[in-house]
Amino acid sequence: MSLKIVVLAKQVPDTRNVGPDAMTPEGTINRSALPAVFNPEDLNALEQALRLKDQNPGSTVTIVTMGPPRAAEIIREGLYRGADNGYLLSDRAFAGADTLATSYALARTIEKIGVPDLVIGGRQAIDGDTAQVGPQVAQKLNMPQVTYVEDVLSCADGKIVVKRHIDGGVETVEAPLPVVLTVNGSAAPCRPRNAKLVMKYKRAMAPMEMPAEGLPYAEEYEKKPYLTLGQLSAADVEADLAQCGLSGSPTKVKAIENIVFKAKESKVLTASDADVESLIQELLANHTIG
Amino acid sequence: MNNVFVYCELEGTTVAEVSQELLTKGRKLANTLGVQLEAVAAGSGIVGKVEAQILPYGVDKLHLFDAPGLAPYTSLPHTSILVNLFKAEQPQICLMGADVVGRDLGPRVSSALHSGLTADCTALEIGPHEDKRAGKTYENLLYQIRPAFGGNIVATIINPENRPQMATVRSGVMKAEILDPDYKGEVIVHDVAKFVPETDYVVKVLDRHVEKAKNNLKGAPIVIAGGYGMGSKEGFDMLFELAKELHAEVGGSRAAVDAGFCDHDLQIGQTGVTVRPKVYIACGISGAIQHIAGMKESGIIISVNSDPNAPINAIADYVINGTVEEVVPKLIKYYKQNSK
Repeated sequence: MSLKIVVLAKQVPDTRNVGPDAMTPEGTINRSALPAVFNPEDLNALEQALRLKDQNPGSTVTIVTMGPPRAAEIIREGLYRGADNGYLLSDRAFAGADTLATSYALARTIEKIGVPDLVIGGRQAIDGDTAQVGPQVAQKLNMPQVTYVEDVLSCADGKIVVKRHIDGGVETVEAPLPVVLTVNGSAAPCRPRNAKLVMKYKRAMAPMEMPAEGLPYAEEYEKKPYLTLGQLSAADVEADLAQCGLSGSPTKVKAIENIVFKAKESKVLTASDADVESLIQELLANHTIG
Repeated sequence: MNNVFVYCELEGTTVAEVSQELLTKGRKLANTLGVQLEAVAAGSGIVGKVEAQILPYGVDKLHLFDAPGLAPYTSLPHTSILVNLFKAEQPQICLMGADVVGRDLGPRVSSALHSGLTADCTALEIGPHEDKRAGKTYENLLYQIRPAFGGNIVATIINPENRPQMATVRSGVMKAEILDPDYKGEVIVHDVAKFVPETDYVVKVLDRHVEKAKNNLKGAPIVIAGGYGMGSKEGFDMLFELAKELHAEVGGSRAAVDAGFCDHDLQIGQTGVTVRPKVYIACGISGAIQHIAGMKESGIIISVNSDPNAPINAIADYVINGTVEEVVPKLIKYYKQNSK
């Protein structure tokens, strides 16, 4: 059974490696100081999609990502690993979207490019940690969902069986296709880039990344249509602008604080034997420990 | 109408601790707003078994849904219950646990109702808001406060226009307190078929295996937590050794968990466990807000760090400037020598 699979992936600032320059003195985020990366759990999702493709010849894996022009990098990274094609969903109208407005735009896109058998995304993105977009897309597409997926055990006869993580344990569930899955970071890691695919797709670009004039290797783009990545605007997916971006977001940020903790009167010790022993003796004497 | 609702999560006929913590918080929010607190529980064979675990937290009205297909939890039937109930009852606030169930259910419900949802809140307050650009003022909004952006900032989120205002909160962030063991609340047992269409029962749980938590981080009087500075999984062995001596539990920061130094269920912080031990020993933890959110109410905080400027040192009672490799073995040695 060949499958049509959409992988939802996001380019995120790498919040795992935040240096002291990540915040401006005014307390806002210094995005330029943070490298943009493929959201880690979306890579786990991509791997599950590619495995299903390997097991079901004739299947296709399509990457869908929403973001600024540079987010096309996510599609290229997907192609390097075995995805078939991708769409960059990019429009100023999407700016400031919360999870609900994001899920609206993604669901409209999926409907526009053709409802697949499976939509697979990471459980959550490291810049927000909400885990909300997957279930919200599922609801908007009127598909069932299975979240916290660890492994796909089988996929046949219009049904998928997956192992999922639950609090304090694991669950095996069966769901009918089409279905939305969100994949945990503890699932199998994504395969590395394939050198041949890197060669094939390294010049792939979304139209909005291309310079207005003087596109290098212009003739290649004419000969190889796969080098021009899919690109969709709000109008292309017939999105209702009232449901997009900031205006489509029920949640608003009222305040952002760069928290400064009130310093306690700390007792500062060295690592010397005398200091450590006197601390232990003090804590034992006042029954803090022991 | 316009009351505060808490979705109560069940394992069999046992109400989750996080739900009781949220009922306690919900009661306080309802008091501030001058409205009632209502609770929802859905499961199988629960009537007569769960009421006494819910009403004493000050619940004025408990909505029960009891049918064979409602346990174990699957997304669609529970979503239909909340969506249809909320369409009728128009709650202003809905709280649920930020665990696997709440994080599966909350977004689906919020999408169906087009309401705002904030995940993993660390504080919930009621307050006003002025939208200067639109020239509108709002009273009695739910401030949903959470660390954001990898824990580098704290954001206050509001939902000015959409209802219910939905938020998820992790277990241990709020404290459960029984208001009155004999609190008299109304119990309504609903006809599930009126809320859940048959087509919702499409996802089947074939097998389920739940173990009691392997650690007692949440209730431990002494917690020893390791960060990225522990360097490796082997580095954590030192902490387990110290923990054995002190009868403590070991936890880790997100950086340590992400690096594979310790298990995911040992993560302390906003997206992990919140702890309030008598003593918290932070080893090689720099102290992102996201981590501090999960341990700041500890009694005595001891920080072992080679960086004298580690942010966690600011909230520590004792700071030991030194490497974990040097200090932790000395803690073990001198505890052994002095405690006997």
